[in-house]
Amino acid sequence: MYRYDEFDAQFVHERAEQFRGQVARRLAGELTEDEFKPLRLMNGLYLQLHSYMMRINIPYGTLSARQLRGLAAVARKYDRGYGHFTTRQNLQLHWSQLPQVPDMLLDLADIEMHGMQSSGNCVRNITADQFAGAGGDEIEDPRIISEILRQWSTLHPEFSFLPRKFKIAVSGSAADRAAIQVHDIGIQIVRNDRGEMGYRVLVGGGLGRTPFIGHEVRSFVAKADILAFVEAIMRVYNESGRRDNIHKARIKILVHQIGPEEMRKRVEREFEEIRKSATLQLPEHEMQRIAAYFAPPVFEDLPDISLEFEQARKANLRFANWVKTNVHPHKMPGYAIATISLKAIGQTPGDCSSDQMEALAGLMDQFGQPEIRVTHEQNLVTPHMRKRDLFALWRELEALDLATANHGLVSDIICCPGLDYCDLANARSINIAQEIARRFADLERQHDLGELKIKISGCINACGHHHVGHIGILGVDRKGVENYQILLGGSGAEDASLGEILGPGFDSEGIADAVENVVATYTSLRHNGERLLDTYRRVGAAPFKERLYAR
Amino acid sequence: MPAERAFVTVADADPLPAEGPVIVSLKRFRSERDLLLARGERLGLRLDASESPELIGDDIHKLVLIVLQVPYFRDGRAFSWARLLRTRLGYKGELRVSGYVLRDQITFYARVGVDSFDLPRPVTEADIAAVQAEMSNVYQPSVDGRETIWDLRARLRHSPIS
Repeated sequence: MYRYDEFDAQFVHERAEQFRGQVARRLAGELTEDEFKPLRLMNGLYLQLHSYMMRINIPYGTLSARQLRGLAAVARKYDRGYGHFTTRQNLQLHWSQLPQVPDMLLDLADIEMHGMQSSGNCVRNITADQFAGAGGDEIEDPRIISEILRQWSTLHPEFSFLPRKFKIAVSGSAADRAAIQVHDIGIQIVRNDRGEMGYRVLVGGGLGRTPFIGHEVRSFVAKADILAFVEAIMRVYNESGRRDNIHKARIKILVHQIGPEEMRKRVEREFEEIRKSATLQLPEHEMQRIAAYFAPPVFEDLPDISLEFEQARKANLRFANWVKTNVHPHKMPGYAIATISLKAIGQTPGDCSSDQMEALAGLMDQFGQPEIRVTHEQNLVTPHMRKRDLFALWRELEALDLATANHGLVSDIICCPGLDYCDLANARSINIAQEIARRFADLERQHDLGELKIKISGCINACGHHHVGHIGILGVDRKGVENYQILLGGSGAEDASLGEILGPGFDSEGIADAVENVVATYTSLRHNGERLLDTYRRVGAAPFKERLYAR
Repeated sequence: MPAERAFVTVADADPLPAEGPVIVSLKRFRSERDLLLARGERLGLRLDASESPELIGDDIHKLVLIVLQVPYFRDGRAFSWARLLRTRLGYKGELRVSGYVLRDQITFYARVGVDSFDLPRPVTEADIAAVQAEMSNVYQPSVDGRETIWDLRARLRHSPIS
C-alpha cells in the first residue's frame, strides 16, 4: 500500500500545526464560528448534537496493521474507545474535544493519516473497490489513480470553496463495488478497442435530497489526461454550480438543469484548453512511483483446493455458513478474500472498539495480511487470505464477536448515525437497524432470503444510501414524531437504480413489521433464484403496496 | 517622477471624475466603453462574483486592474475567474480580490494569480507572509508555477547526490 515520503509526512504535520493556530484564533475570539467552520470542516471536524466529531480519512479504504493500531490508540486517547466506519470508508470519532484536536491530528500524522477534506465543500475522500488488487475481474488496481487524485485534490487552490461537497469513486472492474454511478464523478478503469487502458468518466450522480444516476461524459479518457479531465469538470462546476440554495448546489443539479449534452460540451471545451497548455499531464514517473506501492504482495504457489479448508467446512456448520457469505474468490489459486462483518446482530452497524481494532491488527500480523480494507457497506475485508488459514481466522474472529455470517444478507444493514449523534438527522436510525437485524437473526432464514440490502438514513441527506437499498428506509420528522418511509428497488451496484417510495411511512414501532411484510410479499411471489430486487423489478410495486397497506 | 494616482471606485450612478484612474463595473464599461478608453488614464474593471471574465472580450488587454468581488468567503467562484484570467485570457495586469475573504484563503488566491487584496479587516504584509509559510509545499500545479511535490520528487530522484 501507499507509504508517505518526506513530503507527504511534512505536509500532514504542517497541516496539524496550521490547524492549531486556527483553533487558537477561534478560542481567542479572532474568528467567528461562521468563519472557523470551513477551516475545521476541511480538517475533518464537525460540530454534532452533543460534541465535535472527527472524521478521519481512510483513502480508498486501505489500512495497515500499524495504522489500525494507531486508530485504536487515538480513539482511546481522544475519544471513547471506539470508532464508526462510514459509507465513505472513513472512521468517525463522535466525542472529540476541540482543544485536543490539533494533538489528535499530529498523532494521526504520525501514522500517515489525516482528516483533510473529509468534510467541507471540497473534494472528499476518494473511495474505491474494497477488493482492489485481489478480485479476479480487475483491469488495474483502482487505488493507483485514487492516490494520485488524492494528492492532486489536497488543498487544491481553486477547488476548496466549491458550491458544495464533491465525491469521487473509482472502480477497477466492470463489476461495481464502489457505487460509481451515484457519485459526483465516477471513474471506471476500462480498455478501449485498441487495448489501451484508460478511464470511463461519469458525472452528476448522487443521492441526498434529489437522487440521480450519473451520466457518462466520456467513454474513454487516456491515462495521461485524467487529471486534466477531472479538473475540467471541477472548473465547470465551480463556475456554474448554484450557490443560492444549498439543496440545489451539487453538480448533479447543474447537470440536470443544463442537460448532459451541454455539460459534455462545456467540459470538453475546458479540457481542450488544459490539454493544450500541457500543465496537467499525469507525470509518468509519479504514476510509476505510486503504482509500485500497490504492487501485489508475493503470493505463495498454492493448490487452489485446500484440504484443511474443505474439511473444516464439512465439519463445522457455522464456519461453512460464514464461508458461504463472507468469503469471496481471489485472483490467485489457494487464496480467498474474507469480509469481516461489523454488523453483529443488535450492534451499531459500522462500530468497532479500540480493543477489536487492536485484536484485528494482531490477526493481520498473524495471518500475514499487510493491509485491511474498509468497505462502503461498513464492513472490513482481509484481501489476501490463504484458504488454509480461513478456519483459524474465523475462530479468532468468533472470539471477538466479528464473525457474523451475514455479508450481503438482510442483517448486513448500512446505517447512518442518525439522531443519536447527528445534528442534521430527523430520526434515529441505529435502533431501527438493530431491531430489523434482531427480527431476521435466524441465519437459515437469512440465507433463504439471499442477497438483500437494507440501507437506512435518518434524514433526507441520505448518508445511509437509502435510495440504493433493495429496501431503503428513510427517517423523517412528522409533526415531531419519528416516521419511516420504505423505498423498494434501489441498487448501488453495476445495475444501479433508485428506489421508489412505496407510500405513507411507519412509526418506529411499526417499521420492522413493515419490512417483514415486504419480505413476506417477496417470498410469496419470487421465482426460483430471484432476489427481492429481481422480484420487485419483475412485478412492480403494486403487490407490495397491497399487502403493506391492506387494512 | 510623480507617484501614480490611486484608483477611485466609481459607482454606476456617479459621474466620472475629470481625471485620474477609475474602477468601473462591467455594465458601465459596456455602456461607456469609448468614453472610458478615451480618457487616457489607467482603467480598472470590477466584476461581480457571478460575472465571468470572458464577458470582457478583447478589451481585456486595455485594462491595468481587474477587481474580483467576493461577497462572502464561501463563494469560491473568484478562484476560477482568476485562474481563467491568467491562463485562457492571458491577462497580465494587476488582479485584486475585494470583499469578505478570510486570511486563511490568501494562499489559495495567491496561487491562482491574485496579487493584491482589498479586505475589510486589514491584512498586513506580515500576515500574508505568515499564512504562506504555514505549508511549505503544494501538490498540484497552478497559475503561480510553483514547483510541486511531484516536481520535487522527480528532481530529487534525478539529482546525483540523492
